[in-house]
Formats: sequence, structure tokens, C-alpha cells
Amino acid sequence: MAFITANWNPLGEAFYRKTDLYEMSWNLQDGLRDSLVAAAPYGGPIAFLREPHRCSPSSRPLLEIYSSSGVQITSFPWKSGPVVQLGWTVSDELLCVQKDGTVLIYDLFGSFKRHFSLGQEVVQTQVLEAKVFHSPYGTGVAIVTGSYRFTLATNIDDLKLRRLPEVPGLHGKPSSWVVLTQDRQTKVLLSNGPELYILDNTSCTAVCPPGVSPLSGSIVHMSVSFSYKYLALFTDTGHLWLGPSHLQDELIKVDTKKMTTPKQMVWCRRPQSQQPSVVLLWDRLLLVAGVCRDTVQFPIEEPCVLVGELDGVRIISSTNQELLQEVPLVCQEIFKIASMAPGALLLEAHREYEKCSQKADEYLREIKEQSMLGESVRQCVEAAAHEYDTNTQKSLLRAASFGKCFLTDYSPDQFVSTCRELRVLNAVREAGVGLPLTHTQFKQMTLQVLIDRLVYRRLYPLAIEICRYLKIPDYQGVSRVLKHWASCKVQQKDLSDEAIARAVCVKVGDSPGVSYSHIAAKAYECGRPELAIKLLDFEARSGEQVPLLLKMKRSQLALSKAVESGDTDLVYTVVSYLKSEMNRGDFFMTLRNQPVALSLYRQFCKLQEQETLKDLYNQDDDHQELANYYVTASYREKQRLESRLSLLQSAVDEYNKAKNEFAAKATEDEMRLLRFQRKLDDEKGAGLLGLSLQATMEALLALGLHKQAEQLYRDFRVPDKRYWWLKLKSLAEKEEWEELEKFSKSKKSPIGYLAFVEVCIKCNNKYEAKKYVSKVTPEQKVKAHLAVSDLEGAADAAIERRNESEMVVVLSRCPASDRLLIERLNRARATAAKK
Amino acid sequence: MAHSGRRDSPELPDFSLLKRLARDQLIYLLEQLPGKKDLFIEADLMSPLDRIANVSTLKQHEVDKLYKVEYKPIISTSDQVCFLIRPRIQTVKWICDVANADKAAGKFRRYKIIFTPQKFYACEAVLEEQGLFGDVTTDEWAFYLLPLDDDIISLELPEFFRDNFLAGDQRWVRTVGSALHLLHSIYGPFSKIYGIGRCAKMAYESWKEQVEEGDTKARQAEIGNAFLIDRDVDYITPLCSQVVYEGLVDDIFRIKCGCVEFGHDVTSSDKSVKVMLNSQDKVFSEIRNEHFSNVFSFLSQKARNLQTAYDKRRGMDIKQMKTFVSEELKGLKQEHRLLSLHIGACESIMKKKTKQDFQELLKTEHSLLEGFEIRECISFIEEHINRQVSMIESLRLLCLLSITENGLLPKDFRALKAQYLQSYGVDHLLTFANLRQLGLLVEQQPGETLTVMESKVGKLVNDKTAGKLTDAFSSLAKKSHFRALSRKLNLVPKSDEEYDLRVPRDMAYIFSGAYIPLSCKLIEQVLERDSWTGLEEVTKLLNGHEFAFTGSNGADLRAKSDAQRIILVMFLGGCTFSEISALRFLGRERGYKFIVVTTAITNSSRLIEALLGNKV
Repeated sequence: MAFITANWNPLGEAFYRKTDLYEMSWNLQDGLRDSLVAAAPYGGPIAFLREPHRCSPSSRPLLEIYSSSGVQITSFPWKSGPVVQLGWTVSDELLCVQKDGTVLIYDLFGSFKRHFSLGQEVVQTQVLEAKVFHSPYGTGVAIVTGSYRFTLATNIDDLKLRRLPEVPGLHGKPSSWVVLTQDRQTKVLLSNGPELYILDNTSCTAVCPPGVSPLSGSIVHMSVSFSYKYLALFTDTGHLWLGPSHLQDELIKVDTKKMTTPKQMVWCRRPQSQQPSVVLLWDRLLLVAGVCRDTVQFPIEEPCVLVGELDGVRIISSTNQELLQEVPLVCQEIFKIASMAPGALLLEAHREYEKCSQKADEYLREIKEQSMLGESVRQCVEAAAHEYDTNTQKSLLRAASFGKCFLTDYSPDQFVSTCRELRVLNAVREAGVGLPLTHTQFKQMTLQVLIDRLVYRRLYPLAIEICRYLKIPDYQGVSRVLKHWASCKVQQKDLSDEAIARAVCVKVGDSPGVSYSHIAAKAYECGRPELAIKLLDFEARSGEQVPLLLKMKRSQLALSKAVESGDTDLVYTVVSYLKSEMNRGDFFMTLRNQPVALSLYRQFCKLQEQETLKDLYNQDDDHQELANYYVTASYREKQRLESRLSLLQSAVDEYNKAKNEFAAKATEDEMRLLRFQRKLDDEKGAGLLGLSLQATMEALLALGLHKQAEQLYRDFRVPDKRYWWLKLKSLAEKEEWEELEKFSKSKKSPIGYLAFVEVCIKCNNKYEAKKYVSKVTPEQKVKAHLAVSDLEGAADAAIERRNESEMVVVLSRCPASDRLLIERLNRARATAAKK
Repeated sequence: MAHSGRRDSPELPDFSLLKRLARDQLIYLLEQLPGKKDLFIEADLMSPLDRIANVSTLKQHEVDKLYKVEYKPIISTSDQVCFLIRPRIQTVKWICDVANADKAAGKFRRYKIIFTPQKFYACEAVLEEQGLFGDVTTDEWAFYLLPLDDDIISLELPEFFRDNFLAGDQRWVRTVGSALHLLHSIYGPFSKIYGIGRCAKMAYESWKEQVEEGDTKARQAEIGNAFLIDRDVDYITPLCSQVVYEGLVDDIFRIKCGCVEFGHDVTSSDKSVKVMLNSQDKVFSEIRNEHFSNVFSFLSQKARNLQTAYDKRRGMDIKQMKTFVSEELKGLKQEHRLLSLHIGACESIMKKKTKQDFQELLKTEHSLLEGFEIRECISFIEEHINRQVSMIESLRLLCLLSITENGLLPKDFRALKAQYLQSYGVDHLLTFANLRQLGLLVEQQPGETLTVMESKVGKLVNDKTAGKLTDAFSSLAKKSHFRALSRKLNLVPKSDEEYDLRVPRDMAYIFSGAYIPLSCKLIEQVLERDSWTGLEEVTKLLNGHEFAFTGSNGADLRAKSDAQRIILVMFLGGCTFSEISALRFLGRERGYKFIVVTTAITNSSRLIEALLGNKV
């Protein structure tokens, strides 16, 4: 396997290697000279702006966007102002920072999305330099202006401009500067000659990291690592200082013996790096300087651009692209010449096995003796993940699979997931796709983001295949892709509404989690309301259709859809929208056709707008409800009799219109009663107003106003029974026994006389009660006697009536001592039973 | 006790999980507002909240003082105020007043409203109208279900009944759907869902939608079938006087959120006692489902047993005594206390109910159900009104009369109504309008006598042209076909046989053998047939809206027979304790276990009170 190590260059303990990624398929006439170039990390796209300073209208510079493999995505002439800096956001949008401080945002396909400004004063002072950086908060922009002041925006999606304090003694362009993100704070580190300053929100502090002496010259270039953890400074004396970015320590100082300022300086390390290093780029030389003071030098023939990655540096030239990275430890162990690491032995064993050589067994034994078989498989799998060449991947994975056969309790998870992930990575690394991701980068960016990136590039089929292959739940996978696809599809101007609607429907079908209303909203945004309506028809959940329909001013349709959804909140939203949009008449008419909405609105009116309620009923000619409304209203007018009466009169009218004579009559009676009560209240201060008829009569009787009570009795045709009960109770309660007796004789009692007996007993007057016993009808005699606890009498009555069950009742009340009575009753019972 | 039922009845799922969920969410919400805060709680949320989180739990999460929402200016000194309320416009308006008053006084506070179980747009619209949308933050506490007992879960939404059935306001339907969804996601999947009623159907659809939105995981079902039923399918049952112990206690003392307050006439001391009534109460759990006539003898037997248990300690040596004191005494003391309470309650009930009037009242009710001696019943009701016995009771009897008789004769209708208005005031015109709208108290169409009516019952059901319907909900003012239903379903057992209430034959025992509750009978029939087939005529009489759906995994769970025999019954608009007792009886007979989910526990008074006209 000597050839694998052929391109390894030792640097201290570690090795560095360059892997060919692509032969660039672009055809750049002038190479990379004279252009602004921005290449996004994680195998992102590359943007070019040729001759950015040219701004005469006759020959505009050309902005071109390529994929990482050099496939052109778009190109268009740059018509805006001169551009200082290009950069990519985390979501693959292109930022173009103009000299006047305007930042224009384009998507991957060159369509303009939006713009923002970095402040008014920048228009005057102009942007000298700009940097686009990534932080945990998103993508940020930092500029230094013509007045040598810094302005920062940490997240362009939530734009907050921060003007940093002035740097003392800075009277020209800073010789170099970088943006640092530390402790959730974004700062600028800048050098002015040999001096270093840190600028944060409020202050400017001069710093002096250990090992950097003013003597070593002025700092002309600096670079911060991908993770913001390390910093490299380059001085005009050719010294390179490496250290952590908090500037408390020093890692190493290297003398490069190069006096010229490098074109680019980029950190090249990987997570768990053995030998962090910095890559410096001059016109003809690429130099890798490690912490071990060693350097590796590569001559270069043509101009190139370095792109810092999480685990290496991509080197893009006009013809090809390479990845320079530290060889991962596990690969080193396996492929290092004469390595005896378990992985290396396993790979060898498998190779011998394929050759049908018994040596395979020897190697295996050797591994097994060290009981390192599990480790060896793990190493092979891990190394395969790091390899770019598919053949190497295959041989490593085969070896792993071979080794696995001799293990009984080895979990296949890592092997399987690595195989799957490699398959996906190989697919996206294809030149046609052009996402040269390493496995480490893939793990860091996550599958979700990878799918997003594919979707941004409109590689929908590939994205869907990947989702299906990796069995991602539809919600996060296929559906999301389809949603993007459909949103993009509706923007195709060359297709008819009909065709698009059909295409969308066929593809999307009823995938879970894809909302047609979302797609329709997109269509509406693109000015295709007809298409939007067509798409909305596919939306199964009617509730989802409503907001868009409202936006499109299809309020009637929105209302019926809202009602259909059964979500009252939604109905209410539409109703309140309609209320403000329509005139009253139309609004009511609309509601009238939607009973659910109507009753909802009524409920609301009952609590909030009583008057509207009346109008609603009026509109419907609902006289019954209108009358009820007036009655309710009359009870709110407790204090003023006149308005109360007039409200009741309105109620009477409405009841009549509703042909509810009963209610009309009852209401009229109520009015009469109210007037009567008022009169008496005025005359006698009786406090009757608002009482019911019964309560009024009770009150009158209690006050001894018998005549007036009598009048009510007659006027309101109170049933005799009621009146008699009432008077009986009232007299008894007031203990007017004579009056009661007189009353009992006034005519034959419609309620019988048992009632008299019972009421008297209730008022604890047995004596009076007895008076009425004789008048009770024979059927109730026994009861009456019992009520006054006259057992003898009860017994007599029962015996007289020869009623057995009554006798039993009397018997049950007899105390055991009264033997005489018991015997008599029993005898009578016996005779009654005989007959 | 008397009836042991089948021994293989399945275990009920553990519903305390619902409480834990609710508590955790509430704590989370409280912690969203860090620092000390005062908490204002809506009056009718006090008791439910108490079941979920007690005061010390709230204090642990920096609730400083607790207040009841009283629609008055507040006196809190805290600079953070939190309101825990139902989504009612009225309450939100009050909060706006509070906030505006503070603003005017130059006081700055943070306000947070926690709506439970969900917020409504209308409430937020009020905040917006008052310009307080930013000042007052809102949140939702998805506290849908309160387990009142092992087999009773309540949504504690008494207003559901009036809002939904009277006002036609369907806002709570979604809430019910969500509640069902919650149960389904924890204890489901259901293998079959039956239902009857408009609202039940809508709740089902809302639930279905929510199921489709979320992703479903395969779980082991703990509940087999579900049955949804609208209250308006059966108004008769809740209108009858309850005579089963638990129902009777509810009718007389009003059980609130599973807890009853016994006054001094029960405790025979000057203070009243709050008692939790659930299966934890060993005495109560044995008598709750009993007909009242059995309760007293049971209690005295129990008292005797208790005495024997106490007496055991005589003749014990020290060691035995020690174990007795440490193991049994506490339990006996507890039982003693409960026993004396229930005996007190019984006495109090006896005092009130064994009077002549109550017997006659029951007799009237039974006559109405059986449909004879109607004239006597009418005069009884008339006298009831005339003598002003009780505003609510009179209305209840009127409604019962109207439903069983399919409306009152015009003459009676007017006379009784006039009498009632004279007794209790003309504002009850509105009550009558409400009752009419629900079809609870209606006038017979002229010319339609009872017999004619019955002969053309089938034809009339779909006849919606009768009367112009001003809105869809007047269609609820439907005809009652109680007689026909009663005959079809055999609701009224033959009265000539003696009914032994100690050994109940069927569910009719809950009404002294006079009537099998329609709602429970329907459930029984559907479960027996495993569908609505064969009940077409019945459902026609009930205005249709019946449905049956097989759940996502109906087939493969057949084998898990234990869960299959757990049946969830959801009453939309409330259910009575009598119905629950009847279902428990049915469960014992058939080897089912019923879980009753209801929007609230109701009874005749609550039902009628909800329909009184003079409350807005």
C-alpha cells in the first residue's frame, strides 16, 4: 500500500496530505486574477466578481456563481455599485458588501432577495474593508470605514448594527484585523503596526500576547482558526506567531524567512489535531507551518484561493481543487509503512484472504492474541470514513466486514451507519453535485443541513433519494423536500396554472406534513392567485386554507372554510375580519348564511355589544328573539320604571309580531303589575317593585293590605287554589286565627280543609287545627286526625270507612301502650278483611 | 356487597398520570415567569387546581399570594401578577381593567394570563382592543382532564352545556376533541369508536384531525372502545330525581369536584366538614351505587361490624394489643369517622326525603315515565307551582312532563306557564324560550294527540319543514319520542312485578325499578351488537347523528381482551351520578369496566339552572 502514503508529508509527529477533489470544470479565461472570490466552507458554492472596481456602464463586471466542482450555476452582469467583499451565509445566500455600506443578498441562483445598509455614515466614509464571518448566532458582517471605525452586525437575519469604539492612534487603514467570537461576544482584533488591540462593544484594549515583542516587527497578517480557538499572526520580519485566541499563551514562533506578506493565511487543523498548523499562501509558494516548527513547502504554478474548513484547507486553482489536511490518526496507523496497528494487520489479513493465502490466518491470530480484533474493525471502519477514494473505502470496509465475522458480540451499528453515510457522501461529492464534504464535516453539519443545502441547489431528486435511503421520517425528510420543490415549482412562469397544479398534486399527493396552503401562499406571493386557489383545493384541512383566503380577499369562501374546519377561533378570526371589511348589511347577510358563525358572533355581542345584537335580530326579522332581547334589556333598567316599561312595550309589540300571544299577554300583565307596584310603593312605601305576582300578593298580605291583594287576585285572574293557599299561609304565619276562620267560611275551600289543618299544625297551633278537622272530606279524615295526633279520631274515621290500609297507617302510629285502641283496630281490620 | 358481579373484570388504567402531566405543565408555566408573583385564580378553577397542585407546591414555585378572581380592583403589591383563568371574555375584560387602572396610577407590573384549557381568539381580541396585547402575555395550560375518581374523569366545564346546546357556540368542541386526543395518546389507541349526537360527531372529527396532524406511535392499548354521547340525546335521565346514594348526596348537598361539604346537621357539631367522595373512602365506595333504601341497613350492619372489631381488643395480651394498635386501630378509627359521617348524611337525607311530598314527587315522576294518570300528574305539578315549593323543581317537572308526553296540550301549556310566571316572575319568559329551544318544554302541535303522534312517528322525524327555522340550532327544538323509544328499548319495566332493590335485575334499580336510563341503555345495546345495526329505528327517533368507526388498529388488538373490555364513555354536556352507577352495574354484569369522561357532573338542578333565562 505504499502508494497511499506517497502524498504524505511529515510535519513533526503528524503527516499532511493533499487529496485531489476535482478537476474544475469551469473555463476561466483569466484564472483567478483580478477577481473577488468567495467560497463557502463545507464544500459550499464559489462566487466570482471579475474586476470589481470597474464600474463604467459600458462594461459591467460579471458576477458568476459556481458549484465547488466548477459547474456554473448562474452568472449575471453586476449593475449595482462597486463591491468590496463577497461572502456566503450559512444558508447559502450570497452577500455582496458595497463600498457605500449597502449589503445585497442574492440566492444561489442569482436572484435578488433583499438588501440592508450598514449605517448612514458609511455612505459618506465608504467601506475600506469588509469581512463576512460565521458565529453561533448566524452570519455576520464587519467593516472598517474610511474614518477607520469598525461596524459589526452579528446576525444579518436579525440586524443590529454595532458601531465599535474608536481605536486610539489609528490614522490609517489597520495593517490587519480579524473578527473573533469568544464567550458569546463578538470582538475585533486589529493591529496597527506592531500594536495589537481588542475592540469590543464598549472598549478598546491594547493587548500584548506573550512572545510578541514590538521588536519582531509590525503585524501584517492575522488569521483565526475555524473554531475561533487559535490565532496566527504574521509580522513583516517574516515571523509567524501561533497561539490560542484568548492571547494568554503562546504555542510557537516560527521564522518563515519570508519578508513579503502572504496573500492568504489559513489555519489547517482538525478536531483532535496532533499537529495544528497554518497554511500560508504566496504567489508561488504554499507553506505549511506546524507547531513543531517544521514546515512543508509546496510550489504552486498558478494563483489559487484557500478555503478554511473544519478539518483542513481547500485549495482552489483555476484548473483543480485539492484538500490539504492532516492525515487522521487512524489512517496514519493503518497506512503508515510497517505499521503493526490492529487495523493495519486486519487490512493485511483480508488482502491475504482474498489471495487465498494462509497468511490471512497468521495475521488474524496475531490480532486475536492481542485481543484487538474489535479495535481493528473499529479502526478500519473509522479510517474508511476519512478516505476520499472509493477504492480505499471499499477495501477498508471489506476488511472490517471480514474481521467482524470472527467477533460474536460486535455491534454492527457503526459499520452500517458508516457504509450508509459514505454512500451519501460519495453521491454528493460527484462533480455534478459538487459538495466535497469530508465525513467529519458531514457529522458536524448534520444530515438535516445537508438536505437543506441540496434543496437550496434544487437537487430535489437526490435529496429525496437520500431521505428515503437513510429512512428519515417523512416529516423531516421527503415532505420537507417536496414542500420546497412545490414552492419552487409554482414560480415557473412558463407553465400554465393548470399544469403546475396538476404536477404539484401528482408529486406531493398527500404526503404528511406538506401543507398545500403553504404552497398556495407562495403562489399568491408570486402573483398567481388563480393557481393559489387551485392549490388550496387540495388542502385537506380547511382550517389551513383560511388565512390565505382572507389575504386574497375571498372572505366568503374563507368563512365557509373556517366553519367547515370546526375551529371556532378560526371562525372568529374571519368574522372579526369581515366585520371590519364589510358594511354592516352585507356583514349580517353573510353571517345569516353561516349559522355557526352567527351564533358565535351573537355570543360575542351578548357580552360586548348588546346593541348589535338587536340589529342582528332586526335584520333577520326574528321577532321572538327581539322580544326576548327587550325583556332582557328591561331587567337591566331596574331603576327607571319608564324606560323599563317602554322596553317591555317594545317586547309586547315584537311578541305580537311573532304571534306569541301568550308571551305578549304575560308581558302586558307584567307592565300592569309594575304600574300597580309603583303606585303602591308611592302610596304606602311597600317596596314591591320588581316582585313576582305571587311575591307581591304575599307582601301585601303580610302588610295587611288585604283589599289590594284581593284586587290583584281578581285583576290577574289568579287561580283560586293559589290564592287560597297564599292567604291561608299568610294568615297562619301572622297568627290571625280569627281572620283565618272567617276566611275558611267565606266560601267552600278550593284546596280542601286538610290544608288548613296542616298549615295550622305547621304553625304549632293544634287548637286551631282541630277546628278544621271536621270539615275535611271523608277521604282525608284519617290524615287530618293523624295530623293533629288524634289517634282515636283517626281510628274512628278509618273504621267508619272500613279502609284497611288506612287502619294499618293508624296502627303504625299507635304507641304499644295503647292496647285498647290497637285491639279495636285489629278487630275492625279483621272484619274489613272478611268482607 | 350484595351483587358481586363477574370476577374477571379488567383493571382500570392509571389516570393519576393525567394529574402529574397537568402539574408538571403548570409548574413549567409558572417558572416561565421567574421571581415572586401573585396568582389570581378563577373561582371555579379553585377546586380543580387543588386536586392538581396544592398551595405548598405553588409556593415552591415562587407564588407569593393566592387570590380568587372577584371582579374587583386588586390589592396585590407584587410587581408580577399571574392570572389563571378560563377563556372567558368577561374575565379578560376585568384583567384589562386592572391593567389599565395600574397604568393610570403609574404602576408598572408584569401581567401574565394562563388560559386553561386553551385560549380563544376572542379573548386575545379583547386584549388587542384594549391596547394591552403587548403588556399582558398569555399562555395556555392544557389542563383538559381532571380524574375525579378511578373511573370518572371530568373536564370541569359546566358551561359546555349551555354554550353548546343552547347558544350553539361550538368553541368547546375542539376542547373536547383535544381531551379525547390526550386520552387517546396516553391510553389508546381505541379499537372502535361509537357515538351519537351532533356534537359527539364534531368532537370525533376534531379529534381525528388532531390524530392525523401528530405522528402516532404504536402503543399497547389500555382502553378498548369509546362511546361518545350528547346530553341532548337523553334529557329524561338527568331530569329524574336521583335515588342512588351518590346521586342523592349530589342532589342534596351538591358534590363539587369530587368533594362534598357536610353541614352541621350532618356532622352534629357546629362546624361543617369537607369530605372527598371517591373509592378511597371505603365506606362510601360500598354504598355509593346502592339504592337509598338499602343504605341505612347497610350502614348499621357496618357499625355493628366495627363494634365487633373494636371489641376484639378485650382479652388481648400486651403483644396482641400492640399489633392491634399499630396495625388496625388507625384503620378502624378512620372507618369510624367516615361511618358516622355517612350515617349523619343519611339521617339528614331521610329527614328531607321521606316526607310525604317526596314520595308523591317520585310517584308523579314514575307515572310520567310510565305514561298513565297524566291528569293527576298535571294537577300535582300545578299545585307544586302554586305552593311555590321550588322554582327549579317545578321547572324540572314541567320539562319531564313535556318530554314524556311529547309536548303539552295548548291549554295546559298556557295555564302552567301562566301559573309559573305568577309564581316566579315574568323574566322566566326567557327561561321558557330557552327550554323551548332545546325542546324541553314545548306545546303539542294542535290536532296531534298522543296516539296519532305515535302512529306517524317515523314519518315526522325527517320532517324539517315544520316551522321556519331561523337558525340551524332551532332544529334542536326537536320532538321527543319518549314513548316510542321507551317501548322499543323497553325502558320502563312492567310495573306489576315486585322489584327487589337489594338484588337489582337491571339498570332500572337506580330509579327504584321504574325506568332504565336511556343513555345507558343505548350504550348497552350498541356494545352488545358491536354496532348500530338493528337500532336504526331508535336512532331515527333520536334524530340520527350516530356513527361508528373502527380505529387504526382495530383488528390486531382483538386478542388483548383485557383492554378490550375497558370502555370509555364520554358525555358531552354532563352526566349524572345515577348514570355512572348504572354503567358500573352494567359493567359488573357484563364484565366491562367503564370509564366515564364528562364535561361536568350534572344533575337536574344544574341542568335547569344552566337554562334559566335571566342570566346572561
